[in-house]
Amino acid sequence: MDLPLAVEIILKAVVVLAAFLTLPLAIGQTEHKVMAHMQGRLGPMEAGPHGIAQLVADGIKFVQKEDVTPASADRWVFKLAPAVALIPYLVALAAIPWSAAWVAADVPASLLLVLAVTSVGVFGTLMAGWGSGNKYSLVGGMRAGAQLVSYELPMVLAAASVAMAAGSLSLTGIAQAWSWWWLIWQLPGALVFLVAAVAELQRVPFDSPLADSEVVFGPYTEYTGLRFAFFLLAEYAGIVVMSLLFTVLFLGGWSGPWSDTLGPLWTLLKAALVAILILWLRIAWPRVREDQLQRLAWLVLLPLALVQLALTGVGVVVWG
Amino acid sequence: MNEDKPGALQALRGLGKGLATTAKTLARPAHTRQYPHVEPDLPERSHGVIALLEENCTSCMLCARECPDWCIYIDSHKETLEPTTEGGRARQHNVLDRFDIDFSLCMYCGICIEVCPFDALFWAPDFAYAEGDIRNLLHEKPKLGTWMERVPDATLPEGYARPGAETPAQDADGPVGVTEPSVGEAGSSAEGTDAGDTSSREVEE
Ligand code: SF4
Ligand code: SF4
Repeated sequence: MDLPLAVEIILKAVVVLAAFLTLPLAIGQTEHKVMAHMQGRLGPMEAGPHGIAQLVADGIKFVQKEDVTPASADRWVFKLAPAVALIPYLVALAAIPWSAAWVAADVPASLLLVLAVTSVGVFGTLMAGWGSGNKYSLVGGMRAGAQLVSYELPMVLAAASVAMAAGSLSLTGIAQAWSWWWLIWQLPGALVFLVAAVAELQRVPFDSPLADSEVVFGPYTEYTGLRFAFFLLAEYAGIVVMSLLFTVLFLGGWSGPWSDTLGPLWTLLKAALVAILILWLRIAWPRVREDQLQRLAWLVLLPLALVQLALTGVGVVVWG
Repeated sequence: MNEDKPGALQALRGLGKGLATTAKTLARPAHTRQYPHVEPDLPERSHGVIALLEENCTSCMLCARECPDWCIYIDSHKETLEPTTEGGRARQHNVLDRFDIDFSLCMYCGICIEVCPFDALFWAPDFAYAEGDIRNLLHEKPKLGTWMERVPDATLPEGYARPGAETPAQDADGPVGVTEPSVGEAGSSAEGTDAGDTSSREVEE
C-alpha cells in the first residue's frame, strides 16, 4: 500500500487502539461466562442478550462514580498510577505481530521491546500501592514488587531460549522460524513462560498482591470510579498481550493451514485458547501463599528455564 | 507447590483435578433459575409469610409472649355474652382488636405458629411482599387474614371451610372447626387476665 506515512501511522494507531479497547472486554465477558458455567451458574443475563453488554454497563457505572483521592494519598503518584499500569500494554499490543504483514509497529528487536514495556506495567501497581497512603495497599504493592522481581527472570530466560532457537530478536522473525517440533523442544520454556506470565499479570493462583481476603484488593483498595476501571482494563489488556506473546513465541503465531490469508485469524484463535487457559486457572485453582510463590519461582521455574536454555543451545549447535 | 507435606506429585494431581472438575461443570447445564422471569416452584409448606385465622384466635397472647423478638402486637377487649337460656350464667369472651406482625423484625422461626393452641396461625408460601418503606412491613389483622387463602390445604385445621368454598376442605360436617369451644375456654379460664397484659405490653413498646 502506498499511503502517505502520516495517514498510515494514524490508521494503524486507530486500529491498535480499537483492538486495545475491544479485546480486553471480550476477554472479560468470556471470563464472566466461562467462570459462571464452570461454577454451574449462568453469569450475567440481563444486559443485552445473554448479558453481552454487561461490561459496557459496568463501564457506564464506573464513569458515574465519584473519583475519590484519599487525604493521605500521594496525589500525583496516586492519580498517575492507573495510566502507568494501562499504557504499557497498549504499546506492547502495537509491537506484537498478528501475521507477517499485520504489525502496527515493526521494530527490529520487538521481543525486547515488548518484554521491557510489559514490565513497566507493574510500576503502576507499585505506584498505586505506595501512593494510596493505606497499609493494605502498601503490603500489596510490595508483594507485587517482589513477585515481579522473581518472575521476570524465568520469563526473560524462557523468551531468550526461543529467540536463540530462532536466531532473531524480532517477534516476526521468531514466528517465521517456528516449526511444529518446537512444541516439544521448547515445551519446558513454554511452561515456564506461561506460569511467569500469569504471575506477572497477578492472576490466580499468583494473585497474592491483590488477595482480597488478605489485603483487601491490595494496591487498588483506595481506587474508585474510572481509575479503578483502568486497573481492571489493564489486567485484561495484560491477558491479551501475554496470550498473543505466548502465541507468537511458542505456538508459531499465524502458522497454520492457509496462513497466507487466514494468518491473523490463526493468531487470534491460538491467543484466545491461551487466554481461556489463563482464565481457567483462576476458576479452578486456589491462591498460592507468598512464600510458596517465591519458592516456585526460584527453585522450580528458574532451574527449568536454565535447563531449557541449555537444551536450546545444544539444539542450535547440533542442527544449526 | 513442592512443599514437603502434600508432595509435589500429589499437589499436581490436585491441580489437575481442579481443572477436570471445573471443565466437567462447564459441560453440564447451569443450575440457575432466572427468578424474576421464572417463578420458583416452592414446596407447598414453604415458610413464606404468616397467615392469621382471626375467628380462631382467642387473644391468649401465647404467640406474642413466645416470639423471640417480640414482633407480634395484640390488643383485645372483653365482651359479655348474655345467657342464652333462662337463669343461665353470662359468659365473657375476648374480642381481638388488633393483631399485627412486624415482618421487618420477624425472623421466621415459626415459634408463634407452633405455640398457638387454637390453630389460628399458619405458614403460607408467599415470599414476595417486600416494601419500599419498612413501616409497611407491619402486617395488620386484615392483611394477615388475606394470607389464609394461600395456606396449603394440608395444613388447614379440620373442618375449616375456605370462604367461598361450598364444603369444608377436609371434614364435611362440623361448622367452623375449633372456634366454638375455644370461645368458652378463653372466657372462663385464667386467660381472663390477658387483657390487662396486653395493655402493659403496649406501654413497653
Ligand atoms: S415466626 Fe416471627 S412472629 Fe413468629 S415467633 Fe418467630 S419471630 Fe415471632
Ligand atoms: S397464640 Fe394463637 S390464639 Fe393465642 S393470641 Fe396467638 S394467634 Fe391468638
